[in-house]
Amino acid sequence: MSKRNNDSDSTEVALFVTCLVDLFRPTVGFAALKLLEDAGCSVHVPVEQTCCGQPAWNAGDRKDTREIAEQVIKIFEEFEYIVAPSGSCAGMLKVHYPELFHNIPEWRERAENFASKVHELTSFLTDVLGVKKVDAKLNSKVAYHDSCAGLRELNISRQPRELLESVEGITQQELNDSETCCGFGGMFAVKYSDISNSIVSEKAENIKNAEPDLLLAGDLGCLMNMAGKLKRQGSKIEVRHVAEVLAGMCDGKPIAGE
Amino acid sequence: MKISSPEFKNNACNALDDNQLQGALRHVRKNFVKKRADARRDLPEFDALRDSARAIKDHTLAHLDLYLEHYEKKVIESGGKVHWATNAAEARGIIMDICRKSNARTVTKGKSMITEEISLNEFLEANEIQPVETDLGEYIIQLRGENPSHIIAPAVHLNMDQIRDEFRKAHTHLPAERSMDEPETLLREARQILRDKFLSADVGITGANFLVAETGSSLIVTNEGNGDLTQIIPRIHVVVASIEKIVPTLEDMAQITRVLARSATGQETTVYSTLSTGPKRKTDEDGPEEYHVVLLDNGRSSMLGTEFSEMLRCIRCGACMNHCPVYQAIGGHAYGWVYPGPMGSVLTPTLIGIDKAGHLPNASTFCGRCEAVCPMHIPLPKMMRFWREREFEQHLSAPSHRRNLTLWAWFAKHPSLYRFVTSIGMRILAIWGGSAKRINWLPMAGGWTKFRVLPAPEGPTFIRQYQRAKRNAR
Ligand code: SF4
Repeated sequence: MSKRNNDSDSTEVALFVTCLVDLFRPTVGFAALKLLEDAGCSVHVPVEQTCCGQPAWNAGDRKDTREIAEQVIKIFEEFEYIVAPSGSCAGMLKVHYPELFHNIPEWRERAENFASKVHELTSFLTDVLGVKKVDAKLNSKVAYHDSCAGLRELNISRQPRELLESVEGITQQELNDSETCCGFGGMFAVKYSDISNSIVSEKAENIKNAEPDLLLAGDLGCLMNMAGKLKRQGSKIEVRHVAEVLAGMCDGKPIAGE
Repeated sequence: MKISSPEFKNNACNALDDNQLQGALRHVRKNFVKKRADARRDLPEFDALRDSARAIKDHTLAHLDLYLEHYEKKVIESGGKVHWATNAAEARGIIMDICRKSNARTVTKGKSMITEEISLNEFLEANEIQPVETDLGEYIIQLRGENPSHIIAPAVHLNMDQIRDEFRKAHTHLPAERSMDEPETLLREARQILRDKFLSADVGITGANFLVAETGSSLIVTNEGNGDLTQIIPRIHVVVASIEKIVPTLEDMAQITRVLARSATGQETTVYSTLSTGPKRKTDEDGPEEYHVVLLDNGRSSMLGTEFSEMLRCIRCGACMNHCPVYQAIGGHAYGWVYPGPMGSVLTPTLIGIDKAGHLPNASTFCGRCEAVCPMHIPLPKMMRFWREREFEQHLSAPSHRRNLTLWAWFAKHPSLYRFVTSIGMRILAIWGGSAKRINWLPMAGGWTKFRVLPAPEGPTFIRQYQRAKRNAR
């Protein structure tokens, strides 16, 4: 069923943009596009895509989640690979869709087949395509935050760091308590805003103590949360999605401004 | 015990404002987490042991009736008695009967979460029997009239100053000016006082970390040795345990204890691991004359075969709460009942009802660290999500959240309309954000903008820009 280009044998990839990137930070989508194309992929962007359904899934609304998931699978299943610039959304597609359809015989296999083709962007570049080096330059001291879903559902932690290491001029600084959540958690940040605030404040302290010029992560939700806190506190530390740096697309303003 | 889980949000805000508590919680954040990580690093087969611990419990739970019956048989053979309690009231009644028959006035207690679950202390006091907690942490919170805030470190919410004050207030027979600077001095003082209580108690009540079907034994693991004195000195020993504490053999028990202490305190093993099997035999020098086991179900058997059955593997090590960002932020009391942290967020709704405990499974970022550290591989986030599903099905979640969610989901299922509406929405937000690219306050997003700025969208959405670029390229 996989969709192949007629006149080339480049790897066919569909980009799952993710709703937050689509709406708030298109640069990340274009950065992902560039990284994939530089690595020799032919990239498709199905424009009917909306969201992976995670907000409904985490709110306990199985029916809506299923309907959204069926739509996503229908749109994307024809492709050889499906890549998302987010550990959280990739985790939803790869880990939770099979769970969601576990008891539904007519969808189960389809969901599993779909899930097996889903990858988070940095791990797709390194683990699947074997990319060792990206063509980018940035004179900056950066700290990479491990987003929880990427880290624990998909084992993403080495991949983005390896790729960052190849960016000319970059130095990496690890954060203290790097495995601790930033306090985002989707609706959690709004429903339990006081607790979320306490967690992100702790995270902001750890970020400031590491004194990076730039904070990076692979998930826009976490990035918006941390950037939102740092900027409210008046910090000068800039915040970007890791793909922007890897693609050399740091000309626009950082998340939540300078 | 009073249930304040419905006031979770309020409790949490109070906890966040409590500077003293916040100071104490730093200990959880630093020490527990580091010690467990070190212990894991030092034992290469740690993950393999976790797998086998899970397998042992899964097997046991699949044959729970068989193992419980065998356990009872063995207890009887060793001269003890097993009492089956379906719920908390029955368990309290059984314990009361045992105390009454022996005219007991005082009861010493080893640390036991099950006795918290059945509110045993309040009940005994109401019946003019004095319960004396003998675990140092439990002793301290008993003096303060509090409940444990952690399942293995009940007084973790307190600092040294508070404990010193409490001791000066309670131990009035000691010189008021005595020095109490070192933790050891406090420990010695508590020891002295408890020594008399140990000797004069009529009944000793302990929990159990494991019940062993093979031998009819119960195991308690402690670091203070208080459990030993509780179960050996009084004339009567009562073990109160829930049914899922059972394991088939001593070998199984030994295997699981290897991950228990490491996950809990980072110790290779606790200082004391004490087995008790039946009352004193003729040849024994000491031990109780009567040995009772109260086996509590309290809703656990109804979890078997449901999406919550894996929770019955829990060995109460506390690792999930130690590593939980929410627990680390607010401590245990905010959860409003006996069991805090992720394990409580799954278990509490079973025991007191999702209508009362609804906040608990919702107050999680689903960061997944609890599951990652749980020695028994319990998928805690998945089970919290199951609770959210039950809530959603029963229409217990807030109507406004439901409405927003349904509306959003409807758009997500209609791509062209979604595109249209989000394009307009993002354009407005982008203008609102101005050149600073941030929004300081937004109606309807107050929970967010109260504490953070909202990063403004860059401009047109990705899909719109992509479509335009494609068109232009043609
Ligand atoms: S759920 Fe797991 S980590 Fe939490 S107390 Fe139980 S066994 Fe320990």
